[in-house]
Amino acid sequence: MKFGIVVFPGSNCDEDAFHAARDLFGQDAEYLWHKDADLKGADVLILPGGFAHGDYLRTGAMARFSPVMGPVRAFAEAGGPVLGICNGFQILLEAGLLPGAMLRNKGLKYRCEHVHLRVEQTDTPFTAAATGGQILKIPIGHGEGNYFAPPDTLAQLEANRQVVLRYTDPQGGIDEGWNPNGSVNAIAALCNDARNVVGMMPHPERACEALLGGEDGRVIFDSILKTFRSAESLALQGSVVGNASESGARRASLSGERGR
Amino acid sequence: MRARVFVTLKPSVFDPQGRTIVDALQSLGYQNVSDVRQGKYFELDLATTERTQAEKLASDVAEQVLANPVIESYRIEVD
Repeated sequence: MKFGIVVFPGSNCDEDAFHAARDLFGQDAEYLWHKDADLKGADVLILPGGFAHGDYLRTGAMARFSPVMGPVRAFAEAGGPVLGICNGFQILLEAGLLPGAMLRNKGLKYRCEHVHLRVEQTDTPFTAAATGGQILKIPIGHGEGNYFAPPDTLAQLEANRQVVLRYTDPQGGIDEGWNPNGSVNAIAALCNDARNVVGMMPHPERACEALLGGEDGRVIFDSILKTFRSAESLALQGSVVGNASESGARRASLSGERGR
Repeated sequence: MRARVFVTLKPSVFDPQGRTIVDALQSLGYQNVSDVRQGKYFELDLATTERTQAEKLASDVAEQVLANPVIESYRIEVD
């Protein structure tokens, strides 16, 4: 499958994401410049971390006006899997592809450290290979990861099971002392209503090799591959029996009709 | 014309910077400063002499770019 890594001026985790996709997971990967008008046949999109356009006004505020965001939005709305990591998450929020907004970290400090995360939902393309309640140790590095949503939006997010990862203590308990940025309900990652767009503050691409201090981030990439494989086999079944269901057809378009 | 745009966090949104500033002020002896909310201030020079047009332009810019309506509200003055 093919990863599209969206590069904005100021992105700085694009090469890490590219390295993970191509070198560690053996997949095709291509950079998509923020001025590109198409997604070059990508099956999955990653909006990587960094400081898009300098993050001067608000984090991610200008990136949503980049030309590539038109095709990114269309891809997301058609059910294509999109992962925003850190600044990528902030961009998805500003673009309205995910609900809510980011505030400055509660303690105002830029936090760069490993955190513990509890997997809350496994029915997203980016957590499908994890088990519910699994604890992941993955690094964060951000100054504005204090997730905020108005109470009604928050209630809706919880009711729809859209909180994908939460900050916890090492045993998986919710404890404000282990919440690095003050995020409401200890939210570290969430998905949209259709579950194909996920934003996460932690950096899974920095946690795929023991040399870098841990491999817990691999499960995010394993999930993408697992989702892609099952979408492929569904599409195949559909073409064999000749009556692809609506969801089968949607998944087939999700796989981009390309072999690996 | 010139527009002044004040962008502030909504009252329901916690302001970590404002809290830090009020704590600092109180520790400096300004006990009567009971709260601080930090915001952003923009001055826009507009190539129009028409007040209604200027107000419309400034509020478009504030709505679309300068403020994030999820967490912030804004106020505009034009002269």
